[in-house]
Amino acid sequence: MTTFDSKLAWAGATVRPSRGKVFLALAALLLTVAVLSLAIGPTGISLQALPRAFEASLGFTTDAAAARDRLVLIDLRLPRTLLAAFVGAALATSGAMMQGLFRNPLADPGLIGVSSGAALFAISAIVLGHGIAAPIVAPLGIYALPIAAFFGGLLTTIILVVIASRHGELAVGTLLLAGIAVGAFAASISGVIVYVSDDRELRDLTLWQMGSLSGASWQKVSAVTPFAVVLALLVPRLARGLNGFLLGEAEAMHLGVDTERTKRLVIAATAAAVGASVAVAGVIGFVGLVVPHVMRLIAGPDHRAVLPGSAVLGAALVIVADIVARMIVRPAELPIGIVLAFIGAPVFLHLVLRRGVRGLE
Amino acid sequence: MRVATRLFIMAGAALAAMAMPSFSHRATAADAAIETTRILSIGGDITEILYDLGQQDKIVAVDVTSQFPPQALKEKKSVGYMRALSAEGTLSVNPTLIIASDGAGPPEVVNALKSSGVRYVDIADKPSAEGVPAKILHVGSVVGADDAAKALASKVESEFAALENDRKLIKTRKKALFVLAIQNGRATVAGSGTSADSILQLAGVDNAATGVSGFKPVSDEQLAEFAPDVVVMMRRGATDDHNASQALALAGLSQSPAAKTKSLVAMDGLYLLGFGPRAPSAARDLMKAVYAEGGQATAAP
Repeated sequence: MTTFDSKLAWAGATVRPSRGKVFLALAALLLTVAVLSLAIGPTGISLQALPRAFEASLGFTTDAAAARDRLVLIDLRLPRTLLAAFVGAALATSGAMMQGLFRNPLADPGLIGVSSGAALFAISAIVLGHGIAAPIVAPLGIYALPIAAFFGGLLTTIILVVIASRHGELAVGTLLLAGIAVGAFAASISGVIVYVSDDRELRDLTLWQMGSLSGASWQKVSAVTPFAVVLALLVPRLARGLNGFLLGEAEAMHLGVDTERTKRLVIAATAAAVGASVAVAGVIGFVGLVVPHVMRLIAGPDHRAVLPGSAVLGAALVIVADIVARMIVRPAELPIGIVLAFIGAPVFLHLVLRRGVRGLE
Repeated sequence: MRVATRLFIMAGAALAAMAMPSFSHRATAADAAIETTRILSIGGDITEILYDLGQQDKIVAVDVTSQFPPQALKEKKSVGYMRALSAEGTLSVNPTLIIASDGAGPPEVVNALKSSGVRYVDIADKPSAEGVPAKILHVGSVVGADDAAKALASKVESEFAALENDRKLIKTRKKALFVLAIQNGRATVAGSGTSADSILQLAGVDNAATGVSGFKPVSDEQLAEFAPDVVVMMRRGATDDHNASQALALAGLSQSPAAKTKSLVAMDGLYLLGFGPRAPSAARDLMKAVYAEGGQATAAP
């Protein structure tokens, strides 16, 4: 591994700032946008109200204004910020892992079927929830949609892995093609369900597919917390294996990487990360595709930098997009997917045209 | 499949977490002041009722479906589309009372608003002759305008009753096809269970789209099968006449009685399908337009 690592280090040494400085800058960025996200909102309540909000939260005051501050700062903006950070980190890291595993700069988490499966189940919950699926959907109340989305994503990925496994080995090429087939199949069933939906359900579907964090709550934060913890522990340990995959699967095996284990863990981590994000925020595109590229431009192709860097940068990007989404047409709100692509696409194009796509050719 | 097992355990933990109660307090009942001076109205029909009850000065904001009266969206702030509300955005207009159609959403935001200490009232949205007066009386009782609401509701009821009498006078019923939109030469029509189906019935017109439920795109062959006497569409603006005339030119409708007699009715969408206080007169206009003596009839809202 030493020669390989030193080769990466050599490739990065000429132009790039040290990894420590990059991480410091990213951490400062994330902290800044997180504080801004708490301080900015359409009600105009600022962080100065925070002590009063805490008092209300602890029951020291029953003043109506303090209760309102508490609601806005602690029950609306704080969970929203935390969820934006989770979703951004999860999607960006998943994108980085997928691009590394498939050695393809266009790979995104949708490739392993998790998005299409989540969409299929979410659409089913929205449309069939009032009809044949009512006995399952009704008792879950407003959580039916996130739960359906999560299990749909997971189930599709498991089916895909079973299909692509031969004699205990997972073929990446088969996985890619089977992923496209399973995705198309899920999309066609979604199409049938959309066809039978009424206009109100159709509106709900369209809005869900544009993604939003406006439904953020502490329940959702506590639901994603176990995922955040597991992913934070698991993902850094996949960096070395993914570095091996940059050279090719056979080469990675010769370098002593347990390729089967790496593949399965990468897929499991991606399915969990994307499933959880889709469940709490709907479909949010763009982050998973673009953030890893930006990270490679800044810090080079080493996954030990790309994975954590993408997580922090993705979190910061989604928080910023969410601030814009809730402020730009206030008191109404834009779907966050629109904002992300609107800000992100030109920035990404600029970076690519100036510096080229690096690290995956 | 060790990976799968692990993921399912994680999922189980997530579900358990979701079921946990939030650690924020619910707003106390004392917060819910019975003040009605700053109303947020969500739903075009509700805004219309509030204006009719003379409550417009108390409205601080409406949603974008509140297209009538036209000054509502000009004079008041807009909180966006009723099914994509933002919790903090909605609170930023400082309402003391939120009156919302039961179609408002998303559900998480509605829950947050209900626990915000602001009084939140759901109004049932039933597109029927009974649903409209019930809506009016409910809104009236919430804003403390019971007398005005009773007067308005009984006016609407008597208009519906008169409409029922007129329906009995119809000798040969016509069948109409409600075309919601035409995209790529394919028409989306209103089947059973839609507000369009209800207004057709109230106007004494049969829905030609038998066997269809909800708003569905249908093939030309299916359109030919419907063979409507009249085509009903929503008019979106003065420049929309061209779009409307496309309907009769559709291959599936070109041989229909409607195309032969050039029978096309275009009416304002909210007026026709909103099921606010104007619903009886919308149904009556539709009835007049459909049973008018030949030729193209375009009813004014």
